Parts: sequence; structure tokens; C-alpha cells
Amino acid sequence: MLETSGLACERGGLRLFADLAFALAPGELLRVRGPNGAGKTTLLRTLAGLTRAAAGTIRWRGDPIGDEYRSEMLFLGHAAAVKDELTVAENLVFAFGLAGQIRSGAQCEAALETLGIARLATLPARFLSQGQRKRVALARLALSAEKPLWLLDEPYSALDAEGIACVSGLCAAHLAAGGMVALTSHQDVAIAGAVELGLELGG
Amino acid sequence: MSSELFRFASPQAFFPVAGKMIPWFAALAAALAAAGLYVGFLVAPTDATQGEAYRIIFLHVPAAWMSMFLYCVMAGWAAVGLALNTRLSGMMASAIAPTGAMFTFVALWSGALWGRPTWGAYWVWDARLTSELVLLFLYLGFIALKEAIPDPVRSDRAGAILALVGVVNVPIIYFSVQWWNTLHQGASVSLTRSPSMAKTMLIGMLLMALAAWMYSIATALARVRRIILERERDAEWVRLSQDGRQPA
Amino acid sequence: MPGGFLLVLGRELRIVLRRKGDALNVLVFFVVVASLFPFGVGPEPNQLRAMGAGVVWIAALLAAVLSLPRLFAADHADGTLEQMLLAPRPLLVIVLAKTAAHWLLTGLPLTLVSPVIGLQYGIPGDALMTLIASLLIGTPVLSLIGAAGAALTLGVRGGGALLGLLVLPLFVPVLIFGAGAVTASLIGIKPDAYLSLLGAFLAVSSLVGPWAACAALRVALD
Repeated sequence: MLETSGLACERGGLRLFADLAFALAPGELLRVRGPNGAGKTTLLRTLAGLTRAAAGTIRWRGDPIGDEYRSEMLFLGHAAAVKDELTVAENLVFAFGLAGQIRSGAQCEAALETLGIARLATLPARFLSQGQRKRVALARLALSAEKPLWLLDEPYSALDAEGIACVSGLCAAHLAAGGMVALTSHQDVAIAGAVELGLELGG
Repeated sequence: MSSELFRFASPQAFFPVAGKMIPWFAALAAALAAAGLYVGFLVAPTDATQGEAYRIIFLHVPAAWMSMFLYCVMAGWAAVGLALNTRLSGMMASAIAPTGAMFTFVALWSGALWGRPTWGAYWVWDARLTSELVLLFLYLGFIALKEAIPDPVRSDRAGAILALVGVVNVPIIYFSVQWWNTLHQGASVSLTRSPSMAKTMLIGMLLMALAAWMYSIATALARVRRIILERERDAEWVRLSQDGRQPA
Repeated sequence: MPGGFLLVLGRELRIVLRRKGDALNVLVFFVVVASLFPFGVGPEPNQLRAMGAGVVWIAALLAAVLSLPRLFAADHADGTLEQMLLAPRPLLVIVLAKTAAHWLLTGLPLTLVSPVIGLQYGIPGDALMTLIASLLIGTPVLSLIGAAGAALTLGVRGGGALLGLLVLPLFVPVLIFGAGAVTASLIGIKPDAYLSLLGAFLAVSSLVGPWAACAALRVALD
């Protein structure tokens, strides 16, 4: 349902890749690999609609990506989007609210529990480590089944083995339920039962 | 027909066309300036109240007109660039800005030279000069913003947004400054009202204004060629031309 | 979607109120700047009374320029701005909410403190009311246009000074009519025309400012 054709991206005047085409169907995982600077993050940001492609088209359900697309897509970038002054719970409630998903305090606690950080719920985020901040950002995945497409840029960075397993589990569950995941990662983490499309950049 | 025009929307196609046009506009500018200066300094009569010093008006008023006009043209190119996403539009806006700023500066400086014998001071906070000062700041802000952003695409688009915000504000600023001060000689040359000065003076100013316009086009074209070479320096056709082979 | 507006506004206020320093700094800056002028031009009461409105307004402009870079910078740095651009909510509403928060935390406190400065400059009762009214209508204009400036200079080097260069010329009309209203009041003329004009500026800037800010944010995050 997510298709690209002839996609080309530039960064700082350099052509990163050209003529990229793929189609991601429900239940499929797109794993983007490549060395540093190959354009993995740029590709994901272009798929999200943040960055304009230099050439080519991206289609969601047959239409060019637009407002409809944003309500069905979840993008998690490098930065955790967590504010120091707010508590973990407040950060999560806002993140959901911004994405149009109204979640109660109890639901947020459950999401934090899935990522193993429920006990930090009332702590101001400034006291969190990098890995813990990442988990707060990833907690959205626990309650975002209604967003069919997940675009995850380096979801495993700063996580320990337990965290990685948790995120893989969430992705696997999402794929099994008919969702789509596109992720970039340096680590080759297996996601159980996934139908995988591999994409190698910077060849 | 329109597809023919759009052919020139690529920097590579426009580069040689611009090069061929420059000498014509430069020649027109020189001819019109010669005519305008002749009329202004030799033909137009001495002003009853201001004597010979008023002749600076032939520099001041056209410069002021051009500074305003060029800002609108710049904003026009900016709008085209934002709407159609063409690279050349942003380059044209960048090419026009320094010329516009220069005319604003000339208007201010010539206004000061006019002010000294007329009002006894180099600078008076009258409506026209003060508006020109604010316009100079708008130009400088545009140039500064473009310079501060290294990525050319982002720089063009940010500059375009700023230029459009500016062009909406320019009439508001002019109106506000007018209200604020009514010392300066109110616009004595208007296309709708009958001029309150001799016809030869009007002709002189219009000639100079046209000369300034031709000059602006020539300099903008020359500058845009420099910008094209700089921005497209990695492109095949630029490298070939710099190796000695002329582009077609 | 009004829901998005309150969500973002509530968050902005909550963040700043937990870090009171920032908002207070701007207010103190405003008072300090306004208090500097007598040291520069002498304490002669008639001169100060004539200058007072202009001084308060200029201090308000400078306080706005000081506080504007922060409008989007923090969210840009921690990735929240990215999420705002990707949210299914209209970016315009989000920008308006942040602008409203900015005004509530800088323009409004400044307006409330202005009578004190006015008294320092010997501005009498009626004119003080006009001062407050002019600031009440005018400071939102500063926030609205300033937001566009903040978005244009997001992450750009030389940010603060560049932001000032960009927005201060655009503030000139508001300055002219804001201070002009008070000056009119001082000589017994009703300031209604000035205040109406400020209202017109508010209307225009509430269209131009947020549009430009949204466009500039998209450009900045490209």
C-alpha cells in the first residue's frame, strides 16, 4: 500500500540515491540498510513527507502522500521528542494527543509498562538516561495499532538487549495484525515471522 | 508557446540567453541615462524656490522609485519560485536584491545631498527618506538571511517567504511613515495627478527612471549568471565551459 | 481543530511555568531597558514625558526580539517540532497555539507592567490607559510576525541578531501607531483612530504571520 517509483533524494547538493522503487504491502517489513551517510534517514524522512524528494513519487493507497497519509502514519526519528520539564507521563500523553490519539492516564501507564518504564511515569524527564528517553518515545508503539504504517529511524539505538527484544516484539505483533513497518538500523535484529523487503543504500 | 518559455526556466538554458541580453540593456541604460542627465542638468529650468540644488532630484526620485519597484519584482520572482519550485526564480531574486539595496542607498544619499541646501540638514526624518531607510533594512535583512543559510534550496525558499512578508508590509510601512511625518515634499510626480512641476523636469525624471530600470536588468542578468555558475558548478555543462569550450 | 490548540497551548504554558526563569528574564529585561533612557538623555520631566510612550514601546519591541528565538528552538532541538509537522493536526493551529503562548508569557506581562514604567516617565492617567490599550492590541502583532521571523531563522547561525534585523523593520508601523496613540492622548486627542489601525494590523498579521511561520518551518525541517 506504500509505493514509490523513481524516487531520488539529495542532501547538501549530493545525490544520495536515484530511481528507487518498492511496494510495501500489509504485513511486510522494509529493512533499510547501508553505511553511515548513505541516506537511510533521508529516505525515511522523505517517506514521512518531511523532506521533499528530488524526483519520483510516493503513493499511499494509490494517492500521493498528503493529509490523509499523516493520520495513518507514525514516524519516530532519532530524537526522542521528550521535554525535560514535563514528566514522562505528560510527555507521552502529549505525543499521543499530537498524533490525534487521545489516551487516558491508565492507557499511557500500560504503554510505559510494556516498555518497562512504568515506574518512571511521574518523574520529570530530565532525570532520564538516553535509553530511557528512547523508551518513552517508543512507548507510542504499544498503543498505535490503528496507524497502519510505522516508519522507525534507528529504533534500537541506545537500547539494551531487553529493550531491543521488546521493540522487535511490538513490530512483529503489528506486522502480524496487518500493519507495515519500515525501519533503518545498523543492527540486524530479527523480527519474528516477518515478510521482509531488504533495501541496501550506498552501494 | 509556453513550453518554449519554460525551456528557459532551467539555469543551463538561461545562462547564454542572459549573456546575449546584457549588452543590449547596458547600451539602453547608457543612452537613456545620457538623455536623462542632459534633460535634467541642461534643459530643465531652474526651480523658483530651490535654485540649482534641486537637480539632485533627477537622481533621487528615480532611485527611490527603482528601490520600491525592484523590491516588488524580487518578491514576484520569490512567489514564482515558491509556487512553481523553479531554481532560477530564487537565483533571480538573489540577483536583484543587491541592486535594489544600492538604489535605496543612492536615494538616501542623494536625499541627504538635497536636504542640506534645502532644509539646512543632511538628514531630516521626513516620510520619504525614513521609508527608504526602512526599505534598506528590509533589503539588508533579505540579503543577510540568504547569506546565513548555506543550503541553496532552503536559502531560496526562506528568502522567498521573507520577501513576500516584506512586500505585504511595504505599503503598510510607507503609509505609516507618511502619517508619522508630513515634512517631505509630497509625491509631486504621479501618473494620475497633474504634476506640480515643469514638464521637462518630469521627462528628465522618467528618462532617468527608465535608465535605472535598464541598468537594473543588465546588472541582475550579469549577477544571475555568476550565481548560476556558482550554484551549478558540479554540473557537466559548467565544467565543460570552464575548460574552454563555450556553452551553446 | 480547537482540541489541538488547547493541547499545545497547555503544554507550552506548563513548560514555562515549571521554568519560571525564562519568562521573568524577559520581563526584567523590559523594565531595565525602559529605565536606561533617563540615564542617556537626562531626567528632565517634560522631555521624559514626551519620550515615555516611545521608550515603553521600543523596550517592548526589544523584549519581543529577545524572547522570539526560543519559540521554536527547543522543540526543534529535541525532535518535537518534527512530530508537530507530521501530526494529522493543521500546522497553522499548532503555530497559533505557540504564538498565543508566547504572547501570554511575554506581551501580556509586559502590558500589565507598563503603567509602572509610564508613571516613571510622568505619563498621566488617561494616557496610561491608552498605553495599556495600545500594548494590548499591539504586542500580539509582535508575537505573530515574530513567530515568522523565528521560523525563518531556525537553526541559522547568527540567529538572534538576524532575527532582530528581519522583524524590527516590520514592527515599525506598530511602533508608530502604538506610541502615536499615547502621544495623541497626551495632547488631548482621542486615540480611537490609532487603536483601530492597530486592530487592523492585528488582523493582517494574524493572517500573514502564521502563514509565513508554517511555510518557514516546513522549509527549515526539509
